[in-house]
Amino acid sequence: MTYPENYKYTKEHEWVLVEGNTGTVGITDHAQQELGDIVYVDLPKVGATFDKGKSFGSVESVKAVSDIYSPVAGEVVAINDLLTQHPEKLNEDPHGAAWLIKLKLPSGGDLTELLSAEDYQKYIGE
Amino acid sequence: MSAAPRLASALGEVYRGLRIRHPSASGTPSPRAILELSKLDRETGRNPAIGVAYKMRGLFSTAATQFSRNPMLRWGFRMTSSAALKRTPLHSVHCASGAKTVDFGGWDMPVQYSSILEEHHSVRKAAGLFDVSHMGEIEIRGPQALQLVESVSTNAVGRLKTGQAHYSALLYEHGGFVDDILVHKVADDCFFLCVNASNQEKDFEHIRAHNVFDAEVDFASDRYAQIAVQGPRALEILQQFTPARLSEIKYYWFVDGEVSGVPARIARTGYTGEDGFEIYISPAEAPRLWHELLEAGRPFGIKPCGLGARNTLRLESKMALYGHELTASINPFEADLAWIVKMDKGDFLGRAALQKSLDAGLSRKLVGFEMTGRGIGRDGYEVWIAGRPAGWVTSGGPSPTLNKNIGLCYLPLDTAVPGVEIEVIIRNQPAAAVTASTPFYKRAKA
Repeated sequence: MTYPENYKYTKEHEWVLVEGNTGTVGITDHAQQELGDIVYVDLPKVGATFDKGKSFGSVESVKAVSDIYSPVAGEVVAINDLLTQHPEKLNEDPHGAAWLIKLKLPSGGDLTELLSAEDYQKYIGE
Repeated sequence: MSAAPRLASALGEVYRGLRIRHPSASGTPSPRAILELSKLDRETGRNPAIGVAYKMRGLFSTAATQFSRNPMLRWGFRMTSSAALKRTPLHSVHCASGAKTVDFGGWDMPVQYSSILEEHHSVRKAAGLFDVSHMGEIEIRGPQALQLVESVSTNAVGRLKTGQAHYSALLYEHGGFVDDILVHKVADDCFFLCVNASNQEKDFEHIRAHNVFDAEVDFASDRYAQIAVQGPRALEILQQFTPARLSEIKYYWFVDGEVSGVPARIARTGYTGEDGFEIYISPAEAPRLWHELLEAGRPFGIKPCGLGARNTLRLESKMALYGHELTASINPFEADLAWIVKMDKGDFLGRAALQKSLDAGLSRKLVGFEMTGRGIGRDGYEVWIAGRPAGWVTSGGPSPTLNKNIGLCYLPLDTAVPGVEIEVIIRNQPAAAVTASTPFYKRAKA
């Protein structure tokens, strides 16, 4: 699995793709591998707002629940309905079709403290 | 109110930063949940073994586990040194095969090899191979071995025939569980107990403390590895390695024979709800037998299975797990295990308390549930009925066989029957569920 160069990553295994003032957020391939079979995804409602680093939802594998933290602050403008019916897509395409939420970012978002693809892969030892 | 956070922080400390979200952290805890947790907490202080047992379950399958912000711990698996953890004779085999391992009650155990779902289905449809060498073994021998086992366990040991086994419980004087166990009658003067990994030292001390008989209590765990072959093809696979006629071993019977040329105890028992065998063998022989069974089982579709699949399989079959359904503050009647308690067999440890509990009437009982709303009810979550706290979930998760989310919970006696609408509090939100008849899954009899 490749880690797209235009994404930014957190040490807690989320990614964000910033396009204009929209940020698309997901979890990394490394995260889905470590979690194993994902069976449930809990996402916030459109309109909810989150600060950087706050939990906005959870991902459940067969055995456990993990909170997901927002890499950037913003207001939820879309959630990925695909995951409601097919949570297993997160195991298949975590960097693409199985994005979690889209956020409207205040002034392009605060991307400080986020990792480049290269640094993230170094961080996870790949 | 204060008991749960103390327990939670104790758990966090043990797991180097793992934060466990307890009922009290996710809304208003039910009085029963508080009571339960406070009892556990007090016992943890008094008896470290109980604490260990609870922690084990907490790490492995507490859904409400919120992993530390420490990224190395976030995603569910410890990646720090496992040097301090105990290892089975198959540990290096698991690591070489790429299994993910977790700290399970102080043991570094495989939780999955490929995918918990795939492993689960392989056991239901073909066969699965489990390393359960962490389980403890206690041997009781001597002229009064029978009297000792009879006096410390709930089932009728005197009715066992040589070569027969049964499921039973060790209870405290107050009627709560020390452990749930398997008792095998090896001879009139020899009984072989298989006990939970994290309880083995506690069980041994408990039995020894009540040994007022002419019997020897021997801690035998180091002498046995245990490999379970489970699933509809288990018999065919194992038969290739033993002259014992496996088809003639009845469910919950065992033979002492040979597997792959070395002495082995072969029991037709298991923790999956499928047909299968549990093989007790010398630790030195375990890696070879593991490889041989995997190789010979390949054409049958065997897969190595971890504790993750073991848990989903046992939950579908409503088999209790110590630390979840069974604790020191739960008695066997509450746990819906009346069938392993033979009140008419004579006195045994805990009997008086059980009689009292029956006379007074049970206040709560274990019952199954299925989620009807979105979400997965996990252990530790509160259960509400008609807008009020009523009980708590002991185990819960997806059922890969039935493709729905199932669980077990304690509820007041009158509501612990199928068909009652309940709410499971998931992340502070009520999610609809309904109590259900169990087992959720039962294999068709051959």
